Amino acid sequence: MGEEFWTYFWVVLTFGTYIGIAIWARAGSTDDFYVAGHDVHPMVNGMATAADWMSAASFLSMAGLIAFMGYGGSVYLMGWTGGYVLLALLLAPFLREFGKFTVPDFVGDRYYSTTARLIAVICALFVSFTYIAGQMKGVGVAFSGFLGVDFNTGIMVGMAIVFVYAVLGGMKGVTYTQVAQYVVLIFAYTVPAIFISLIVTGNPIPQLGFISNVKGEDISMLQKLNTVVTDLGFMEYTQTDKSMFDVFAITGALMFGTAGLPHVIIRFFTVSSAGAARVSAGWALVFIALLYTTAPAVASLARLNFIDTVNESTYIASDADYDAEAAAIVAEGGKPIPAWFKSWEKIGLLEVTDKNGDGVVQYRAGPDNEVTKLDRDIIVTANPSIAGLPGWVIGLVVAGGLAAALSTAAGLLMVISSSVSHDLCRRTFFKGMTDKQELLTARGAAAGAVILAGIMGMNTAKLGFVAQVVAFAFGLAAASLFPVIVLGIFWKRMNREGAIASMLTGLVTTFWYIYHFKFVDTDASHWWLGVSPEGIGFVFMFLSLAVGVVVALVTAPPPQDIQDLVEDIRVPGTRTAHGIADAEMLPE
Amino acid sequence: MTHNLAEIDAKGYWRDVVKLTLSLLAIWFIVSYGAGILFRSFLDQVSIGGAPLGFWFAQNGSIYVFVALIFYYCRAMNRLEKKYGVEA
Repeated sequence: MGEEFWTYFWVVLTFGTYIGIAIWARAGSTDDFYVAGHDVHPMVNGMATAADWMSAASFLSMAGLIAFMGYGGSVYLMGWTGGYVLLALLLAPFLREFGKFTVPDFVGDRYYSTTARLIAVICALFVSFTYIAGQMKGVGVAFSGFLGVDFNTGIMVGMAIVFVYAVLGGMKGVTYTQVAQYVVLIFAYTVPAIFISLIVTGNPIPQLGFISNVKGEDISMLQKLNTVVTDLGFMEYTQTDKSMFDVFAITGALMFGTAGLPHVIIRFFTVSSAGAARVSAGWALVFIALLYTTAPAVASLARLNFIDTVNESTYIASDADYDAEAAAIVAEGGKPIPAWFKSWEKIGLLEVTDKNGDGVVQYRAGPDNEVTKLDRDIIVTANPSIAGLPGWVIGLVVAGGLAAALSTAAGLLMVISSSVSHDLCRRTFFKGMTDKQELLTARGAAAGAVILAGIMGMNTAKLGFVAQVVAFAFGLAAASLFPVIVLGIFWKRMNREGAIASMLTGLVTTFWYIYHFKFVDTDASHWWLGVSPEGIGFVFMFLSLAVGVVVALVTAPPPQDIQDLVEDIRVPGTRTAHGIADAEMLPE
Repeated sequence: MTHNLAEIDAKGYWRDVVKLTLSLLAIWFIVSYGAGILFRSFLDQVSIGGAPLGFWFAQNGSIYVFVALIFYYCRAMNRLEKKYGVEA
């Protein structure tokens, strides 16, 4: 059976499963819709969080980025996992104890201010929309690249699926589909990784292959990779061209940004207690670490394997009979270009230009390089075919990429929908809404958001900046949301004025810096202290924190009700309603 | 589930929680920003298997420690809650 058959097989099978789960897990109340009834098992929530968190970028692009950045890629590995420690220790259990539905709920009630709530809503919406457009684009790419379906049609199919389970099932439907999506994506990621590790090092566990010797040789895999890449004129794999301070800052922005991302935080509202939220964060990181510790192994092993098989291989024209030509080259003692190279060349992810006309592919750094197009995503997508795995595994990778994109998109949709129906409508503009009306609004908002996200995804070609603005999401989450939430829990004296000043400082400075250095002045030598736009959120987080503290100290302390509320959320099981803090909505 | 704050030594409990949190965050900082970034070159003189140690911490080791930190935190918090009679 061909690869295409298996790709269709897996995509149809997994999509069918998602819809089945959606019908089974319909939401009946706002409780179900926003927080899955507060009764998700911690481990199940951990798995759902992992799928929610790992996007198309984690699944398809991260290993490729690391493969070509070497040590520099560590910022993603540490940044996107270390944030969970902050989440478990500083945020998740306390926000669960607080007992409401959304991040703006906490900001608005803790800081007794509609203004603060609205600023938090703006941050949440901005972060979520920049993020979701990228996911929709990922869905379109997966469909058009692998199934030959038109890019826009692919996005529409993806939209339809998310529409069914997010609009119908709300957080409850999203949670259980995410569990299924996690299983699909982790299987699709680790199976090819095991095989490539076996091929290169003889060790079936990629994490061990990463630190092993090359099979049959007395040299470690990383050492050999260093030698091979420097011989070709590339930077040594275990080094980076970024400054140490920039690596530090980017890691920080990604870590604190992760902890401040609303779609991650709200997942911890779905469990039953503060204690369950802590354990759940641990499980989430276990499931994330499975992929994140495999990724650097895949990156280095695949880079070595790529150079080994492609460099100095004899090119075979696309219209030639591959098998016959390859056999002839081998008979002459040469190395034919691998068959998988030809199939990815067809899709356009790879391209060769025979600059010196010798019929042999020279892969180099600099102007003599003949691999003129090398899409970094190839490191993950081509892995199964490089490892010579059967067609059914190759098809699974496509389903895995789609699972990663759809699960993240759904999590973001929940934030967008609850921001509109709960934070804007129920808690700000139409306070008299009934539960039933709110649920209807939530469904409508989710539906609207799906369509808007799809349209944004379809226009990413025109909106070429989408890939650039992911830096916004993490930077803004780190600089505007993280400080006010942490201060709100750990510093009783933090007040309304401080919170508003802090959020605005983080929002304005980070937005300005990223916008300025991404779109106005792209000269990297002008960066402040050599900090790239990706890392600036970390620097401005401290500014935002400082401004918040100073403003809070020169203005009146928060009312007694609020101080009592803070005492309650610190000690699990003591939460009671407190006057103005809970006047509009009681905690659960 | 709700019980009265006055029955619990909330101040003592919170002091212990903050102390625990700060010590775990110190480890969190040391394995990532410390071993993986600031002292990487120094640690790279040593190898773990076939990988330079600092590099390994940045790409694999820190993540293992992160997981261990969260589960240790859960256990330590359960102990604290028992000690102070708090119901999680």
